[in-house]
Amino acid sequence: MKTESRLEKVLASGQLAVTSEVGPPRGCNVDIVKEKANLIKDYVDGINITDNQTAMVRMSSIAGGTIIKQMGLDPIIQMVSRDRNRLAMQSDILGAYALGMNTMLCLSGDHPQFGDHPMAKPVYDIDSINMIKMVKDMRDEGKFQGGADITEPPKMFIGAAANPFADPFELRVMRLAKKVAAGVDFIQTQCIFNTDKFETWMKQVVDRGLDQKVAILAGITPMKSLGMAKYMKSKVPGMDIPDEVIDRLAGVAKEKQAEEGIKMAIEQMQRLKECKGVKGFHIMAIEWEQKVPELVKGAGLYPRPQV
Amino acid sequence: MITAEQKPLQEIFGYIAPYEKILVVGCNECVTVCAAGGRKEVGLLSSALRLHSVKAGKKLEVLEHTLERQCDPEYVDQLKELAGQVDAIVSLACGCGIQTVAAQYAIPVFPGVNTKFMGASESQGIWAERCMGCGDCMLGVTGGICPVARCSKSLMNGPCGGNSSGKCEISEDVDCAWQLIWNRLVELGIQDRYEELVAAKDWRPAGGGGPRKIIREDLAASKIITEDMA
Repeated sequence: MKTESRLEKVLASGQLAVTSEVGPPRGCNVDIVKEKANLIKDYVDGINITDNQTAMVRMSSIAGGTIIKQMGLDPIIQMVSRDRNRLAMQSDILGAYALGMNTMLCLSGDHPQFGDHPMAKPVYDIDSINMIKMVKDMRDEGKFQGGADITEPPKMFIGAAANPFADPFELRVMRLAKKVAAGVDFIQTQCIFNTDKFETWMKQVVDRGLDQKVAILAGITPMKSLGMAKYMKSKVPGMDIPDEVIDRLAGVAKEKQAEEGIKMAIEQMQRLKECKGVKGFHIMAIEWEQKVPELVKGAGLYPRPQV
Repeated sequence: MITAEQKPLQEIFGYIAPYEKILVVGCNECVTVCAAGGRKEVGLLSSALRLHSVKAGKKLEVLEHTLERQCDPEYVDQLKELAGQVDAIVSLACGCGIQTVAAQYAIPVFPGVNTKFMGASESQGIWAERCMGCGDCMLGVTGGICPVARCSKSLMNGPCGGNSSGKCEISEDVDCAWQLIWNRLVELGIQDRYEELVAAKDWRPAGGGGPRKIIREDLAASKIITEDMA
């Protein structure tokens, strides 16, 4: 074992892992974090806490992670390179580890253009791949990115994102290979709606043997409504939503669409459980955390393993 | 070249409001090419300033001059006589030229343009950013397309998840630099190069190490010798 991460232990046990996420509040309310975490805690092996997602200011991921850690749960802190340079990132990683966090996700982050501070200076001192390498060198070499030794290095289990649906498709496996070469331990993918395309990507991943070096958690997002599906298709960058998803939601009455969305997500997880190389699921139930138990149970992934 | 755009007239009117005699100075280099601050624009702006003062019932005399190059003290010296006759100067050069003029004359010098970026002409009337002057050119490994200047996130190792049909997540009008790099690597048959990890960038040559300066000992020394001989 490289770390004390519960996610690492579950993956090492050979069982499918389940993670989900909590978006911290746009304010200081601790109870919101606790309520959301309580909804999902028995159904997941780790809880992502987003880092100023969509470039909107929120409570910091490490503060949110600390609250979740104090509840006896397992936070996965997200960190974007958009808002911090390498000094700030490393100092936050030391601080997060000191506060009990041992699993993190390295991301570049949505461009500030999307958020509520489009006038902010984007940092992007290093990219997500160099962030992975930095966190790995901190852990395995005990070195800061600048080369100096760390006394008591942080031992982070290192995650990253992958979007099999962004262009150019033929480069997407190579990009994963770069993250693997940089030292990533696990991947949470972009929300999958085009399952055929995801399986094509996965096959290439397996053919290259990358699934032996990194644990891939398939990203699952239940559609709440036809409106949500249409919005994601047209407005959210990097999303691939096939017409059959739209058509299926359009085919049921409005008040039945949420139920249909849950059914679709469960069917998808059942299908992907059989997909070679998939080591678990990352459920992004956007402002719909209360549905995570139903999804996990429906996919036959409950109870979660005790490790 | 360095690109620029003329400032809003209202802003320039505001700068010169306290003065009765000003000089508008253009530059015959980059700002002439991008039609922001050459001889023609000096004439147009001067006319607009005169017209505005007449309408406002104010006295204003505007002198015009365009230098061969405004970022070089030797050329800026040529303004000595004109600068002595006016209360203030409006410079239509890039920020480098404006500062060179301001450094040489003890009267207020105002910018008449906003300096934008180092860019190239894409077609008639369209200029786009191509270089950020990072001081450590990596075009040799990115197929001649710069990810520092042209990727919205200056990513070193490939496109983020926001590339959709070759366009950047920030706008459909912005090409994804890494899509362009990838296309180019494929065209050159060297797409395997993509998998080489590009290390975290050292930003010191890009300005992270403080204001930058080039000292060419050979040229600097030869100038001193020439002066000595004179």
